[in-house]
Amino acid sequence: MFHKVVVANRGDAARRVIRTLRSMGIRSVAVYSKADIDTPHIEEADEAYFIGEAPASKSYLNQEALLEVIKQTGADGLHPVYGFLSENAEFATRVKDLGVGFIGPSPQWIHSMSNKNNSRQLMKENGMHVGLGSGILGTNAENIIKKGREIGLPVLVKPAEGGGGIGMFPVFEEEKLVKTVERARSQSLASFSSDKVYLEKYMPRPRHIEFQILADQNGEVRHFFERDCSLQRRHQKILEEAPAPLMKRSDMEELANSITKVLSKIGYDNIGTIEMLRGADGSFSFLEMNTRLQVEHAVTEEITGIDLVESQIRSAAGEALKDFLPKAIKPSGHAMEVRIYAEDPESFLPSPGKLNTFRPPIDKDIRVETGYAEGLMVTPYYDPLIAKVIAHSETREKTIEKLINALKEFDISGVKTNIPLLINCLYSEKFKSGNVDTDFVSKALNKKEKK
Amino acid sequence: MSDVNVEAGITVVVWKIEKETGKKVVEGDVLLILESMKMKIPLIAPLDGIIKEIKVEAKDAVEEGETMVILSV
Repeated sequence: MFHKVVVANRGDAARRVIRTLRSMGIRSVAVYSKADIDTPHIEEADEAYFIGEAPASKSYLNQEALLEVIKQTGADGLHPVYGFLSENAEFATRVKDLGVGFIGPSPQWIHSMSNKNNSRQLMKENGMHVGLGSGILGTNAENIIKKGREIGLPVLVKPAEGGGGIGMFPVFEEEKLVKTVERARSQSLASFSSDKVYLEKYMPRPRHIEFQILADQNGEVRHFFERDCSLQRRHQKILEEAPAPLMKRSDMEELANSITKVLSKIGYDNIGTIEMLRGADGSFSFLEMNTRLQVEHAVTEEITGIDLVESQIRSAAGEALKDFLPKAIKPSGHAMEVRIYAEDPESFLPSPGKLNTFRPPIDKDIRVETGYAEGLMVTPYYDPLIAKVIAHSETREKTIEKLINALKEFDISGVKTNIPLLINCLYSEKFKSGNVDTDFVSKALNKKEKK
Repeated sequence: MSDVNVEAGITVVVWKIEKETGKKVVEGDVLLILESMKMKIPLIAPLDGIIKEIKVEAKDAVEEGETMVILSV
């Protein structure tokens, strides 16, 4: 087992991992940028090191500085958590080259899954259902149109090495296809330094359902059921829940089992999530695989009672799943997480500023994960997530009620937040029915504007 | 001619300068691209005019209400 682990992250993500390291008796090393000098994750760790200026490229993405911290502290492990360098194969390799454990899958898996076109290919070859796609597009306009025709419009143009919905556009008319591809290409180049884009079949009103898995280094893979993350704004998740509402348990089990089989066959070796889209016709297709812990892992922890961070660390240390996971894992009750963003609840524009008031709900039954505290600045340098609020109870109805009460109690001033939007969603009949697709928020907002 | 100050609506970091001093712009032209919380936000010319001064550089952190560009209109 590890003795000392560098947590290469900030905020709620860093605190989450530090908490588990402490419970396991492993020393934790925090890192921080100039913008984060007063944040709580520094105090909670056993040691803390300054790694650079506020912009992420100078600090939390600064590989040299992080490798230097490993050397200085004599750490034998590094946990990237999520975001920043968590899916950077080059960094994982450099950590390993120091003889230090990277708490995540092997670099080869980070690499092969980070290109969406590659991962689609790999999953298809191994028998997973993948929607029609074009492969990486060239610049020849005729060829682009030909590929579009082969798949059949509407299609979705996507950067192969992107994420977060940036540079992603649906195309409904052939005349717009080539122009849209060029637009996606230039956005992808600006945001991800990659001009690789491809087409996939556009699925109207999909639900986003993902499966949590953990593998060990001996080829054993277990799943921890699914999460429904259909409630999104700007293609980013704002609410996640488990189990997925209105889905047949037997269908979910069957899918989860086929996923674990594929991953075991290819030799995947740590934590991961398979994201799938469920079309309005009920069919599932592979979207992408994330080779790291997810922001929304907490809902899975709530329904299974398993500490996923601890399990991930044990697997990375070489322990076998059968030695630390229970033989049978059963989902219990219903869990839901909302992401509180510092942003305007209608325009979704960022709202940095000082947290003049920041009082999370005090109900012990509500899990709150945050990297902030009253009086701290929410700076423009990092993402807008300021807290996650997680509720768990026997039924979905009770969980919704609990979450509404917790959100009403959460007192924040100084920055705008999406709490009003979240409360509205939780109250809506459509959401309560469980039949929510990824267009729900934008449609609800459009309706409001038309009134 | 009078001067119009184009200010930052929220705290941002300047990501890219799109126009030069002395250039003619029309309403809606993108002057700068700003970044806040991983989101790119264009700074738009509110009126037709000529860029008199660009007071910021790429990577500058700008506070809410700070003038970034002065337009002669």
